[in-house]
Amino acid sequence: MANGTIALSEKNFYEVSTNKYSGILSWLLTTDHKRIGLMYLVSIMFFFLVGVILGVLMRLELLTPGRTIMSAQEYNSLFTLHGVIMIFLFIIPGIPAAFGNFFLPIQIGARDVAFPRLNLLSYYVYVVGAILALTSLFLPGGPIDTGWTFYIPYSVRTTSNVSLAIFAAFVLGFSSILTGINFVTTVHRLRAPGMTFFKMPLFVWATYATAWIQIIATPVVGITILLVIIERAFGVGIFDPALGGDPILYQHLFWIYSHPAVYIMILPAMGVVSEIIPTFARRTIFGYKAIAMSSLAIAFIGYLVWAHHMFTSGMSDTARWIFSLLTFLVAVPSGVKVFNWVATLYKGSIDPQPPLLWVMTFIFLFSIGGLTGLVLGSLATDIHVHDTYFVVAHFHYVMFGGTGTIFFAAIHYWFPKMFGRMYNKKLAKITIIFFFIGFNMLYFTKFIMGYMGMPRRYYDYLPQFAGLQKISTVGSWILASSIFFMFGYLIYALFKGPKASANPWGGVTLEWQIPSPPPLENFKEIPTITHEPYDFSQLKEINNES
Amino acid sequence: MNHDENVIAMTQHHAHVDKVGAKMGMWLFLFTEVLLFGGMFLVYAVYRYQYSEQFHIAAMELNTTIGTINTIILLTSSLTMALSIAYIERNKKSLSILFLSLTILLALIFLVNKYFEWSAKFEHGIYPRSEELLNRPSGQILFFGLYYVMTGLHGLHVVIGIIVLSFMLVFLLKNKITSENYNKLENSGLYWHLVDLIWIFLFPLFYLIQ
Repeated sequence: MANGTIALSEKNFYEVSTNKYSGILSWLLTTDHKRIGLMYLVSIMFFFLVGVILGVLMRLELLTPGRTIMSAQEYNSLFTLHGVIMIFLFIIPGIPAAFGNFFLPIQIGARDVAFPRLNLLSYYVYVVGAILALTSLFLPGGPIDTGWTFYIPYSVRTTSNVSLAIFAAFVLGFSSILTGINFVTTVHRLRAPGMTFFKMPLFVWATYATAWIQIIATPVVGITILLVIIERAFGVGIFDPALGGDPILYQHLFWIYSHPAVYIMILPAMGVVSEIIPTFARRTIFGYKAIAMSSLAIAFIGYLVWAHHMFTSGMSDTARWIFSLLTFLVAVPSGVKVFNWVATLYKGSIDPQPPLLWVMTFIFLFSIGGLTGLVLGSLATDIHVHDTYFVVAHFHYVMFGGTGTIFFAAIHYWFPKMFGRMYNKKLAKITIIFFFIGFNMLYFTKFIMGYMGMPRRYYDYLPQFAGLQKISTVGSWILASSIFFMFGYLIYALFKGPKASANPWGGVTLEWQIPSPPPLENFKEIPTITHEPYDFSQLKEINNES
Repeated sequence: MNHDENVIAMTQHHAHVDKVGAKMGMWLFLFTEVLLFGGMFLVYAVYRYQYSEQFHIAAMELNTTIGTINTIILLTSSLTMALSIAYIERNKKSLSILFLSLTILLALIFLVNKYFEWSAKFEHGIYPRSEELLNRPSGQILFFGLYYVMTGLHGLHVVIGIIVLSFMLVFLLKNKITSENYNKLENSGLYWHLVDLIWIFLFPLFYLIQ
């Protein structure tokens, strides 16, 4: 920054530690939000790769009808694990725990989160949950085979390791709650002077809304999971119909959490999009307040739509059409966001760097996912496509095409800031093309198969699906290769990439006003905020300083 | 509104001593606890509606006397908890220690009562998977299932409360909690009041509404 600074303060957070240790312990016992964010990032990417491999194996099994590489029971375990790992270990913690931890305090001009030690604890709770989930694979009884929704009564009757696996989900939920509490308190207490709520970057807004859903929704699934464990362990009658219980009640309680959970997954991604688009359009975001408020609206309405997962489970018609109506309402704030993003790009000075290309991929894929969501939200069409590949395709378009691509966008956007090095942009652009092709081959075929009546979670299929299944499997190979290739050049850049400047993209939020990688306490002096978050008139000022 | 000098001073150093922040975090945590129990109250409400008659019959078997005594004990413990905080605020350490110890003692008595209450039920053959219970109509199975789970989970919270309050006692004795800095004690007190409050709802739902 300014000249004549003391050499000591120039050290970045890799070089100085918050504790008395050096080496590995300085990481494992750190309270620095940036190091914790990176530890999350590494763990989350690891589990993502595990999930990818499981997914590729499932697709391989479906390459030919009948048995290809595994038995039906193994296939049941595989799709359950793929779901549990991808949802509870990758997408839910993904963006908030890794990038939220790293950038939320910096973007509001704070030195750390409100509770740094709690932050470290929530990381370890995450690790414990992950270890429990993995342990459940290898214990006698066999891996969990219920599907990631753990529906009653099968989940209380099966002899596979359901209790341990869902206890893992409980523990992971606890970690998620702790992170949520931390972020809400941080946003309320540690904003820099002058940073009013409406001067906060939109990623902070989105993470803030997410943190509230984490706090409000997660305890409900926590208790539901505990009740299933208690029912399995002691035979207490709660949900099991043999004891008078109501399995539909379980489904309600499960989705009261798990539907808001999909907004836990997508909202932070939408926040990242709102960061990247202004930076690469060199233009302030269109409709700042509308985007900020739509995050809260999604968080609020999203809490009231859970029963659209249960249109065929048995509910009154009145309940069904109310939930259907509310489901359609969520499309409104989501639409507000997409239109504002596109309006921001309009007449902007667009610089098609890899992060923006990822965002473009996102807008395309997420729109398909969102529109097919309306097909599922309508009562009549839902009956036809319920529990088919159509649902699987929709889910992967919004979650993987939505949150997954933005996770990659966030890596490409903040990589130079986090590691102080730049990756090969040409390779990054090529990867996006292959990702896009592979993704659509893999999942768009599922829309067609689902519409033709191919049920989800089936081990085998009728001959008329053989062609599309093959295309889908080949797509999975292209997609997986592009992901592994991306990891390859990113890891290479980590060690051999050229040094990145403090502000390689020309961003104006606070993280671009400090060195790359950031110093331990982020700011030598807590900045006083005078500008709107995306005011590009200050760009010259920033560049002169850094 | 949050930018009083206090906050600015705090962000300048490290944020470990933000009292307002700590309390805010605690309230948020308590909120999640309310929702945790809220899930169970929801289950209770649904089944009470479905099997109102069976719930009525089963509830008559619960011992209202022990329930009432336990309610009085927990309410008193909330008072002693509040007194303990009030005294440390006025820098009367020994009185604060006395009332905190009383709180822990009352919590232990609550658990002892609970133990006798549960074992009486066990002696009557009313416990999960017991033949006696399985032969009853499903409304009663659900009632006792919820009774064990909800009072059990509440009991677990009492145990956690005892552990937390014992730590606070040690901190008081070691002067780590003083009239200047009794944040921890206050937050533990908030938790304890919540445990009390949940019981205030459990008590009428299981023992009184018949």
